[in-house]
Amino acid sequence: MKWSLWGLVLLGALPMAATAQKSTAEGIAEYRAMLADGNPAELFEARGEDLWKQARGPKKASLQACDLGKGPGVVKGAFVELPRFFPDTQRVQDLESRLLTCMETLQGISAAETAKTPFGQGEQKTLEGLVAWISAESRDMRFNLPQSHPQEKLAYEVGKRLFYLRGGPYDFACASCHGEDGKRVRLQDLPNLTKNPGAGNGFGAWPAYRVSSGELWSMQRRLNDCYRQQRFPYPGFASDATIALGVYMGVNGKDGASIAPALKR
Amino acid sequence: MMTTKRQAGLLAFSALLAGCAAGPSTRQVDEATQQVLKSSFREQGIARLDRLAPDASNQACSEAQGRPLDEKLAKSIEAENLATVKMPGDGKFIGDWREGEKIAQNGRGMTWSDKPGEANGGSCYNCHQISKAELSFGSIGPSLYNYGKLRGVSDPASPDSKPIVDYTWGKLWNAKAYNACSDMPRFGHAGILNEAQLRDLMALLLDPKSPVNSQ
Repeated sequence: MKWSLWGLVLLGALPMAATAQKSTAEGIAEYRAMLADGNPAELFEARGEDLWKQARGPKKASLQACDLGKGPGVVKGAFVELPRFFPDTQRVQDLESRLLTCMETLQGISAAETAKTPFGQGEQKTLEGLVAWISAESRDMRFNLPQSHPQEKLAYEVGKRLFYLRGGPYDFACASCHGEDGKRVRLQDLPNLTKNPGAGNGFGAWPAYRVSSGELWSMQRRLNDCYRQQRFPYPGFASDATIALGVYMGVNGKDGASIAPALKR
Repeated sequence: MMTTKRQAGLLAFSALLAGCAAGPSTRQVDEATQQVLKSSFREQGIARLDRLAPDASNQACSEAQGRPLDEKLAKSIEAENLATVKMPGDGKFIGDWREGEKIAQNGRGMTWSDKPGEANGGSCYNCHQISKAELSFGSIGPSLYNYGKLRGVSDPASPDSKPIVDYTWGKLWNAKAYNACSDMPRFGHAGILNEAQLRDLMALLLDPKSPVNSQ
């Protein structure tokens, strides 16, 4: 709360005069730099590390045996290789989806219930901390999503289809905003997610702390709000469509450096 | 002879492997995409599942994945969309630019968090520069600053202005009538804006007194 108020005060003080476009972007960059050593996401990271180690749920177990793709308990470097195929679930899973699996199998917390829970409440709040900490453990590492399993290749191609799928009353696709370089909605710069550097920068910034709402948003929440603004129906939390889009963006962003959890408008 | 046969066999086998390495077939991707769409989305508020079913225009433009369409296909999509354009019932094209500016500013409407029955905005500034005073504009569409002035419209009611007035109404009603894979929503055709709202946007763009043309 305190942080979000600071954010609003600082953003409100940004000059909005003749060169507003440039100075607003610069102002936000300055604000980010000011907070570089104190991104409010750190509060979520600390909470996430505690939650990872804490015995919770009906089974009173921690998540320390969770396999995020690099073996049970290995957190460092896991984020930059997700989404990937997991033999135990026979599914391509992103970070949030995999955490649902681990929380269910290790702690006995129902994945279906958590997926149905609104963002920012209950176990969804647990996930905010976890994704903040787990992504931070891979900070500055380069994206290198595996594409060797046929399911991973299929997920990439499905993600590409979904990225270009026009629908809804406005005919929007992801590509309407994120298919070209150097575009903006209002003053918001839009990364071109079809290739680098946009894909690495865009995919590699989430999870992020959002100054405008004072919340920690996972990639799942980011995609959910994209689809809302696209005027599409509601994508299920950790649904295959959102995971396939993650594969598409993450593979396109190969070798981009992860700055998650980043600081966003 | 034997060697040649064996070599041919090996060649065929490695071609098969290369096919596998290249990834899933188009048909596999088609089927998986349909399955994923079905299992991933649900209805919420006013956002119904039929929004996922593309019409012929969206189907072709989705499949093109950003590449230009075959010219013949593009022309036929444009013709189909042009046929949907409904000119204003009372023949009145120009409303109030002040109201048009409000509609251009308003980016709300038709998301699952919007209430049914509320008037939608045009979201115009999300993608276009329009009035000079508004600095917070997007760049997905071209600048519309001085739209009427640059096209020589000094009196939108004059016969000289008729072609550009008709075109602008058509573009707002159904942008795909002039550019098959335009990124712009089909405001009239899709029922996003009503005739009165479109008239006000027409005034914003074409009325010489509108700040778009007077400043």
